[in-house]
Amino acid sequence: MSTSKPEQGARSDEGGPLARLFRATEIDTRMLGMIGALLLIWIVFHLMSGDRFLTPRNLWNLSVQTSGVAIMSTGMVLIIVTRNIDLSVGSILGFVAMMMGVAQTQYLAGFLGDYGQYTWAAALVIGMIVGASVGALHGFVIAYMGVPAFIVTLGGLLVWRGAAWWVTSGQTVAPMDPTFRLMGGGPYGAIGAFWSWMVALVACLAIVAGLYFGRRNRKRFDFPLRPLWAEFTLAGVGCSLVLLAVGVANAYPWPRGIVRRHVAENGIVLAEGEQLFIAHGIAIPVLIAIGVGIVMTFIATRTRFGRYVFAMGGNPEAAELAGINTRWVTMKIFILMGILCAIAAAISTARLNASTNAQGTLDELLVIAAAVIGGTSLGGGIGTIAGAMIGAVVMQSLQSGMVLLGVDAPFQNVVVGVVLVIAVWLDGLYRKRSA
Amino acid sequence: MTVQPTVPIGGDAPDVASVVAPDVRPAKVIEMEDVSISFGGIHAVDHASLDLYHGEVVALLGHNGAGKSTLIKILSGAYRRDGGTIRVRGQEARIDNPRDAKAYGIETIYQSLALADNVDTAANLYLGRELRTWFGTLDDAAMESHAREVMGRLNPRFQRFKEPVKALSGGQRQSVAIARAILFDAKILIMDEPTAALGPQETAGVAELIKQLKRDGISIFLISHDIEDVFELADRVAVMKNGQMVGDAPVHAVTRDEVLGMIILGKCPPGATRGPGAID
Repeated sequence: MSTSKPEQGARSDEGGPLARLFRATEIDTRMLGMIGALLLIWIVFHLMSGDRFLTPRNLWNLSVQTSGVAIMSTGMVLIIVTRNIDLSVGSILGFVAMMMGVAQTQYLAGFLGDYGQYTWAAALVIGMIVGASVGALHGFVIAYMGVPAFIVTLGGLLVWRGAAWWVTSGQTVAPMDPTFRLMGGGPYGAIGAFWSWMVALVACLAIVAGLYFGRRNRKRFDFPLRPLWAEFTLAGVGCSLVLLAVGVANAYPWPRGIVRRHVAENGIVLAEGEQLFIAHGIAIPVLIAIGVGIVMTFIATRTRFGRYVFAMGGNPEAAELAGINTRWVTMKIFILMGILCAIAAAISTARLNASTNAQGTLDELLVIAAAVIGGTSLGGGIGTIAGAMIGAVVMQSLQSGMVLLGVDAPFQNVVVGVVLVIAVWLDGLYRKRSA
Repeated sequence: MTVQPTVPIGGDAPDVASVVAPDVRPAKVIEMEDVSISFGGIHAVDHASLDLYHGEVVALLGHNGAGKSTLIKILSGAYRRDGGTIRVRGQEARIDNPRDAKAYGIETIYQSLALADNVDTAANLYLGRELRTWFGTLDDAAMESHAREVMGRLNPRFQRFKEPVKALSGGQRQSVAIARAILFDAKILIMDEPTAALGPQETAGVAELIKQLKRDGISIFLISHDIEDVFELADRVAVMKNGQMVGDAPVHAVTRDEVLGMIILGKCPPGATRGPGAID
């Protein structure tokens, strides 16, 4: 039985240096392929748009635009992994956004004063409760009443879009609480150069610590170890990417008008003709998305709940026979999705500085596409949070690039739709070959 | 956490049915009485009664569709019975789902194996009963370590711990399913066609394992089509036909032909205890 040899050992010496690198670092080649595709898209857009795509400004905006879809796509991974689907996330986003908008502008003023200190937090909590309740309702009907998720959420697509309209009879709600608006990004909704470098430092330390403790744990149980050079390569590449990303965010300065106001308000004296460079740094919505990504990865890979989600996707019957309460797990997944929709709704509302009843329209398509492009298999059981978030960047890059190139809006939808179908087709080909 | 179960029976572990006289037989661990279930008007199991004694191997035989898998799925909690009672160690048991059955120490190796194909061996072994660190997170390292230990005993050459079980061979998958059942101090083991996917050598391994488990005092329901296996491993045979119990008998009291007669014709031989499904 030559196939049951240990993974390390003779086999890892076969193949070229690149193959050996992948094997030693245990990097997922599929994920690498996706990152390659993303870089290709970026370079093509950069060349076609006359060097306007790969600029700090565009990349920073891209990161802010991606955050909402990226947050929702992490929940969609769990839903698709369990062989369900959620077509209603855009509508839930719209409904929750309206509820948060109305809460801030009309109801919370009575308790917390006009735009009081805690208005933003109260609005966010209300939104998350509303989102969780909507998700719980979907989950209950799907898991306990046995209606297919496709139908329940197709109904939800209409119900919650209608409900969003019904909250204010279609009126747009604005403006939002100033603190709440920080969640949407913009010059004030970013953490500046210093704190961005601090985040980068923490991230680099976390990468190194993660590799170190992972290795120590494997050693403790005598499991096969990665070669040392592979560990150093991983640490080096990881930290370089973090520093590069933060460097880009810090290379995008505040617009001149805002700098002028900042100078005037703070009484800063500038020499004649001197320009003050104030970097944006990492945008708050991006930080939120990264935080969500880390928490969701933790949930998916380190908790029982996550293990059950994947086991149910692999074989629902086996999960049931193993004593897993599959219905309750399904319901929890949809509750989680509702909460993630609420976070995305907060970002979207803060960014627009308004709630509108059309908010989040067609987001379900982007979110599902992000998850699928990111390697989530519609057959269930397979998918990663990080993959889906990169998938979200791919989708948003396509949209943003097409805007830069001046592609008409209806044609953008054509492209998004076609890309989704091609991605699923390629995914099927890849799996057939690797199986 | 051990594969060696905790209840060894006396000394050199004799063959229960042949050595112990009927009136001082060990205690009954399972008593199924008048158990029934029907699916849309079809009586898949029709007032079936069957007992299992401590440390005994009972082989359950019958045609395809005779109701034997359904009966043991009722015991393992996969199906909820329509009627009848089940007692575990003399106490009336409430078995509504697989969790309840496991709580009574009843473990099942399903014919379909019931593995989650997309996760690895350790995750399958501990599915539903994961070990956790004191943070409440999954303790994958500890689970893999135990998995290596258990699999090492069942299948010493097995090394593919990092791969999803769908990448494993039929025999390896079977080993995983068996390891899962014996990992948690099972008292009562249900094995539904445990050798169906195996080659001759692996089948012999499973037979050896059954004997070992029996020596360790585990009571086993064995569903099998292989009458030679049954006569080698079981203390008692029980035969079902059309959802009803034809009868049961100690293996030394019946011949192979008589057992075949029970399976095919529903004819109960003199050495067997008659069930409601027997014909004259």
